[in-house]
Amino acid sequence: MASRALYSPRHPMLKKRDSFEDILEERRHSSDLRYALRCYTPTLYKGLVPCKASMLKSIVLQSDHLQYVIKQVSSESGDSTECVAEEASLILDEMAHRLQLSTVRFFVFTLSKAFKRLFRSVCVNEEGIQRLQQAVQEHPVVLLPSHRSYMDFLMMSYLLYMYDLPLPVIAAGMDFMSMKFVGEMLRMSGAFFIRRSFGGDKLYWAVFSEYVKTMLRNGYAPIEFFLEGTRSRTCKSLTPKTGLLNIVMEPFFKGELFDVNLVPVSISYERILEESLYARELLGIPKPKESTSGLLKARRVLSEDYGSMYVYFGHPVSVRSLTEGKITRSQYNLLPRCIPQKPSADTHEFLNDTAFRLVRIQEGNMVLKPWVLIATLLLQNPDGMDLSSLAEQTDWLRHLALAFGAFLDWPDHAACSEVISCSLALHRHLLSVSAGHVQLSVTDAPQVETTPEEAVFHQAVVVLSCASYRNQILHVFLRPALLAVAMQSANSNRKDDVYNCFNFLRNMFSSEFILCPGDSVQDFEEACYLLMKRGVLQVLEHEIVMSASGHSTLAFLSSVLDPFLQGYQVVSRYLCEETNENLTEKEFIPAVRNFALKLILAGRLKCYEALSSDLQKNALAAFLRLKAVMKVKVGDQVTLKVNKIAVNSLEDTLGKSDVISHQNSWWSSMAMFEIAI
Amino acid sequence: MASNSSSSTAQQRLRIIAGHLQKRPEDENASVAAQECKAEAPRSEPSSATPVPRRRQEIMKWNGWGYSDSRFLFTKKGQAEFTGKRYRLSGLILPSLKDWFEGTFGANLQHRSPATPSLNLSAVAPPNLNQPFVEDLKAAGLVVSHDPEDRVFRAHGHCLHEVFALREGRIGRVPDMVVWPSCHSDVEKIVELACKHNVCLIPYGGGTSVSSALECPREETRSIVSLDTSQMSNIHLKDVFIMRCTAVTLTLHIVSLTAGSETLHKASTPLCLSRNTFPVRLLNEHGYCTGHEPDSMEFSSLGGWVATRASGMKKNIYGNIEDLVVHIKMVTPRGVIEKSCLGPRMSTGPDIHHFILGSEGTLGVVTEVTLKIRPLPEYQKYGSVVFPNFQQGVACLREVARQRCAPASIRLMDNEQFQFGHALKPQVSSMFTSFLDGLKKFYITKFKGFDPQHLCVATLLFEGDRGKVLQHEKQVYDIAAKFGGLAAGEDNGQRGYMLTFVIAYLRDLGMDYYVIGESFETSVPWDRVLDLCRNVKERIVRECKERGVQFPPLPLSRVTQTYDAGACVYFYFAFNYRGLNDPVHVYEQVEHAAREEILANGGSLSHHHGVGKLRKEWMKESVSGVGLGMLKSVKEYVDPQNIFGNRNLL
Repeated sequence: MASRALYSPRHPMLKKRDSFEDILEERRHSSDLRYALRCYTPTLYKGLVPCKASMLKSIVLQSDHLQYVIKQVSSESGDSTECVAEEASLILDEMAHRLQLSTVRFFVFTLSKAFKRLFRSVCVNEEGIQRLQQAVQEHPVVLLPSHRSYMDFLMMSYLLYMYDLPLPVIAAGMDFMSMKFVGEMLRMSGAFFIRRSFGGDKLYWAVFSEYVKTMLRNGYAPIEFFLEGTRSRTCKSLTPKTGLLNIVMEPFFKGELFDVNLVPVSISYERILEESLYARELLGIPKPKESTSGLLKARRVLSEDYGSMYVYFGHPVSVRSLTEGKITRSQYNLLPRCIPQKPSADTHEFLNDTAFRLVRIQEGNMVLKPWVLIATLLLQNPDGMDLSSLAEQTDWLRHLALAFGAFLDWPDHAACSEVISCSLALHRHLLSVSAGHVQLSVTDAPQVETTPEEAVFHQAVVVLSCASYRNQILHVFLRPALLAVAMQSANSNRKDDVYNCFNFLRNMFSSEFILCPGDSVQDFEEACYLLMKRGVLQVLEHEIVMSASGHSTLAFLSSVLDPFLQGYQVVSRYLCEETNENLTEKEFIPAVRNFALKLILAGRLKCYEALSSDLQKNALAAFLRLKAVMKVKVGDQVTLKVNKIAVNSLEDTLGKSDVISHQNSWWSSMAMFEIAI
Repeated sequence: MASNSSSSTAQQRLRIIAGHLQKRPEDENASVAAQECKAEAPRSEPSSATPVPRRRQEIMKWNGWGYSDSRFLFTKKGQAEFTGKRYRLSGLILPSLKDWFEGTFGANLQHRSPATPSLNLSAVAPPNLNQPFVEDLKAAGLVVSHDPEDRVFRAHGHCLHEVFALREGRIGRVPDMVVWPSCHSDVEKIVELACKHNVCLIPYGGGTSVSSALECPREETRSIVSLDTSQMSNIHLKDVFIMRCTAVTLTLHIVSLTAGSETLHKASTPLCLSRNTFPVRLLNEHGYCTGHEPDSMEFSSLGGWVATRASGMKKNIYGNIEDLVVHIKMVTPRGVIEKSCLGPRMSTGPDIHHFILGSEGTLGVVTEVTLKIRPLPEYQKYGSVVFPNFQQGVACLREVARQRCAPASIRLMDNEQFQFGHALKPQVSSMFTSFLDGLKKFYITKFKGFDPQHLCVATLLFEGDRGKVLQHEKQVYDIAAKFGGLAAGEDNGQRGYMLTFVIAYLRDLGMDYYVIGESFETSVPWDRVLDLCRNVKERIVRECKERGVQFPPLPLSRVTQTYDAGACVYFYFAFNYRGLNDPVHVYEQVEHAAREEILANGGSLSHHHGVGKLRKEWMKESVSGVGLGMLKSVKEYVDPQNIFGNRNLL
């Protein structure tokens, strides 16, 4: 905790955020066609090297970098350079975008129609747009949106077109390409496609990185990609990937660009289009077959109300200022720059750190709706709540969230009960409301004969859908919640003990949540600071003491983490009890799911979230990281070798914190406290 | 250019551009004889024979660049004029300079920032003399002075902060005494006495340092003695012979001057080698030249060139100083260091010359240098090429370097520097010339479609025998054409070179109107030239903005030398400092940032200006800890008492 002095917490309430404008407002009053065909004159980068999409290809293929790698690959493989060059050219054809304004105009027209049907409003912070307009002119820009839905990049391009900003080129996964027509349409609206994994393929990597860098260096267009790599099925931010980040930063490291601006963009949805799809995917329920009925269902998507959507353009982050004092650019002086170099350990650490920080910025700028609070509460009360107490607790939670710096969009001048009923209405398909009592439940017409397993899965879909809303606010409560759990499981009130527990939990959950590696002291300080401000804790020199009024908040915070603690315990119990020598990595998820299902059916487990494959994967990653499980390659299969003693002790440590968090105990204790007053 | 005679061009340049001819005594040989210095013989009075007087301030500015009679000024009518008679530009009106100056810097002729007119003697601290040392020196018959003017003159080089302080009348630590040796044995005596009395010696040559190398270290408590080498200029010349050696492709005539007992010497140090000063003229009259022409050559000294690893404009033909030097003799506290023969190359361990070259006065005083000399070129021709943009220009220079056909000098000025050069165009006397200029401009910008805001110019100087020069010229223009370059005449070329000789005078003009600036340089591999230039310029602009500079700064860059593996890039950087409290500090911070940017972009710490005290902090990073340790251990062995205590470099 030596770095205490380095960390000065700013009051989260003071975080200034821009206000929003609804962009659909105007679309509802004027012709979409005229809008799609309007004159588009984007602001341009001052150092732009004008070049057509077709010219890009030859620039990339002729680049020193690619030529070097082609020669290298050819001498290693024995193929002729022409042959390798041909291969490179094919890779580039498969990858390259073919941005066309006409396709974009088509999308603008259809999306205008679609957005108006889907959303009540699409809100954008126009100050962010203005900042972007400025940034685009000065230095090449990289757009880093969060990724929750397929809508994300369609919306990004739509918005940039709308505000006369240069249209981005977007790194997209190859899976889109399989959708024949759609893939080509996306290509023509600026998407370029990359294979999901190309680990050892030098040539592929060279073509890909040179392609991105060339566009960046020439200021061809803003590069857009998703730090999280894929859509988050849980609405929690995913651990960021650093590969593409390295590619877009390298032109700066090597002095080819004076600076690069990174613009984190937070896209949040009041109701996610893919909501139940994701839940099904997490539960391993096969997708409904593509059929007429599927198509009809898809049409139903268009007829439903998805509330509002929010796009928040963050402040541009200059790579130059980020690297100051962290990266010695002269390390690139001794090799010609066209020769690819693996990032040094320093650089790697920097990239990782930056990626985490950017994701945290994204998280911080995500708009949270009242429903997020309600979902949090309903999940903690599986037996349902009375509307009145829901209203009361939601109001309490609202203040707590605001105190922790949540970006909450709570309607002005509306009674709490009104706000709640609106939210409930929008998400009615997850709820049953009767006689003033709200409960999460399956609302789809119950099918005639359901097995108990099916019933569990139906309920689990609802729970996981609901959890995806709670997950949106987790980043606000995460650090204090880790501290709350740590305080319960620590042997004493001594600061060191609590910190050690905190650190343990942090390590355990570092695949689950966005926790910058190496920031554990800072996170601890932040948690202490927030809880101290709230009057929950008193942090003395060597001790952390709970205040008299603090119990309810701590109990609430620890129940926030409860599903995860329980889920990880389920996984560890599975690893200890059920595994044999030849558990392959592939079998792991279905096997754990079955194990959890059995526990639920037997009434020994109430936590449906333990069924989520995301949680199971993260738990496995944690055990692997903590060396309680090892991967062993046998033939072409990877098997998991479990160190049962280690897993057991991890489970014990996790279990300690579990004792107190009985469902809803925090609220009753608060009620009692209030009565006492 | 109207000149049709080859040699007349060469002569003209020698005579006029630098052209401050001085009346010489009739019998030069006599003066050589008078100057000849034999170790055992008593000195005669040699100062009359040397071009630089001991009291330099009598002909040179005490607080600015160059000769007192030559300066830029704006007349009452607002026209720029260059005074004096020494230069080609002298006495001419420069009609477009004012507009360029005001437009570029946001300066205004109404807002003046004049310098203190004369040195306030009371501001100079009384000398801290080491009496026994002084007495011993006097007993040995050496000429010394502790006159404040003499001391102040030798307390600085030409860094911005040094000149700025002088203009404001601020005087820091100055040497306590000046001593003028006139031959090798004098220097030996001085160094011996300095060791005996523990006095700090700072060798002083031409005083053109731009690395704070001449600044007296603040922490120095001993008496500081400036050792002025200007009176040592004599050339030993008895016999001239030509050695002929044949290389694969061309025949070189390597010539040396012999003196005394079969040794060939060009006497050490300073000012003596400038174009019209005695040895150069003598050489020229014998039909030879050294070919070493740094931009500061009117003032800088041979010893200084050796001590800073100087580079000359025509290094493509003649080489840099390390290529020209055949033999060096240096007096150190340990004794005299020199090689035993004049062999053109030796495999005798690391070359000891390389401890001396670039030692920046930390090890001793260079007293004798033998240089290669070459026959004077028969023919000289300027030229220039316009490129549509800087990228194309750099690509062309790189190709020229690749084909190894660089002319004596080839330089590429960026657009801003081209415009700057244009602003120095003297008044056109005839309607016809101005009409021609207009036509040229129309052809390039309208017909060829060059954007006047992007085009840039390469200036060229060819030397050699007439036939070969013409052939060479064609080869270079052919390469240029491949990169979109258009030949743009001799005049533009010549003006480009003139710029580098008068730029230091121009800085003094700027400082009269709130504009400060300086130059710095680096060397960088070819593939990084463009990126480095762009990034450094952008960094300068950004840093100025962040530090509250109210007007946009002017950064200029020029690719000024080409090598097989890279180029030397030269930057000028100036800004209008009105509204700033401490402009020099701001300037220094910006230059510091620019140097960091250079290093981060693969540039070197210095190509030819040296390290001095200004760039010391980066030495370890530049040469590694072990490298620095090696240099330090040499210093420790050679000068354990730190007699040569200017604290440069290490």
